[in-house]
Amino acid sequence: MTELLTVLNANQLIVAFAIIGIIIWLSYWLSDTFTGGRIHGSAVAIVIGLVLAWVGGTKTGGSKGIADIELFAGIGVMGGAMLRDFAIVATGFGVDWHEMKRAGVAGMVSVVAGVIVSFVVGAAVAFLFGYRDPVAITTIGAGAVTYIVGPVTGAALGAGSDIVALSVAAGLAKSILVMTSTPAVAGLIGLNNPQSAMVFGGLMGTTSGVTAGLAATDPKLVPYGAMTATFYTGVGCLLVPSVLFLVVRAML
Amino acid sequence: MIIYGVALLSACLVAGLFIGEVLGDLIGVQANVGGVGIAMLLLILACNVPRFRFLVSGASAGGITFWSAMYIPIVVAMAARQNVAGAMDGGILALAAGVGAVVVSFALIPLISRIGSAPVAADERAGVADDD
Repeated sequence: MTELLTVLNANQLIVAFAIIGIIIWLSYWLSDTFTGGRIHGSAVAIVIGLVLAWVGGTKTGGSKGIADIELFAGIGVMGGAMLRDFAIVATGFGVDWHEMKRAGVAGMVSVVAGVIVSFVVGAAVAFLFGYRDPVAITTIGAGAVTYIVGPVTGAALGAGSDIVALSVAAGLAKSILVMTSTPAVAGLIGLNNPQSAMVFGGLMGTTSGVTAGLAATDPKLVPYGAMTATFYTGVGCLLVPSVLFLVVRAML
Repeated sequence: MIIYGVALLSACLVAGLFIGEVLGDLIGVQANVGGVGIAMLLLILACNVPRFRFLVSGASAGGITFWSAMYIPIVVAMAARQNVAGAMDGGILALAAGVGAVVVSFALIPLISRIGSAPVAADERAGVADDD
């Protein structure tokens, strides 16, 4: 038994490939058997992943989900930013250049609109919960943009660590909701072509949420959504601590 | 050779992330601005330059399509390493802010999608509705 653990711990990334393979196999089986394929296998797999992340997080108190358990640390590497970005770029192989260009303007508009809309909603919620300090309201609003814009804004404005933690939690809630709800609402919002996928990426902005949500909806749309989503956090870090903070301060 | 495709992919990602990092510095934000998107544009560009043809055809293409196919498994691993417990700890306020942002953004998708090419988007929507 110790020998097995030694081998598993010395080959964490390889173990992760096997575990994820089993999860995906199980997910497609569940999808076919219980939903007749109506709920996409990859959507089931992502939900199983999130449940495992929750189990890992509550067991260890860490911030990397199941990857905080040593045996599963390879999942952290496999699902980390490095391989994720590598695979996202690979999905761009064979995209229709003309489609991408055609949706360019709508894509740009959606990034700016997306940052502002998410910020306003987040800031309004903070206000409704009784916050009146412009720094706190802006930081929580920034968290609703993405869980990276939240702490970046909080650091720039000097927000307390409790407020920064809240903003990160808001961003995580957004990201997880986008991952799980996208396949369900795709039909309703016309998310079935490259143009709307680019607008979707720009409006939602959370790279993990957008790419996972599109993967579970239609993998062909992934590169279009990812293209705009990768600009979102940068634009958010630009607008929120500057212009949007000044607007909030002027209003209070 | 498969490694040619993989190497091209790496070169595009590194170059894109570097440009994104420089862009972030230039506009004064602590974030990578569009690095992955720029990397993707570089890859698309490389596919259309005759000089690089040998990197994206035949066995070399396999080095790119493999990683493209690994995308969903990687996303599943990414889901498994999210800080779900942390999101739960944020309580009602964090949840309300996150959910509100998502709901309003979803509602805006059909509106902004119309910018540019309304008739085509409408046709495609109608087409898919028939399939259902």
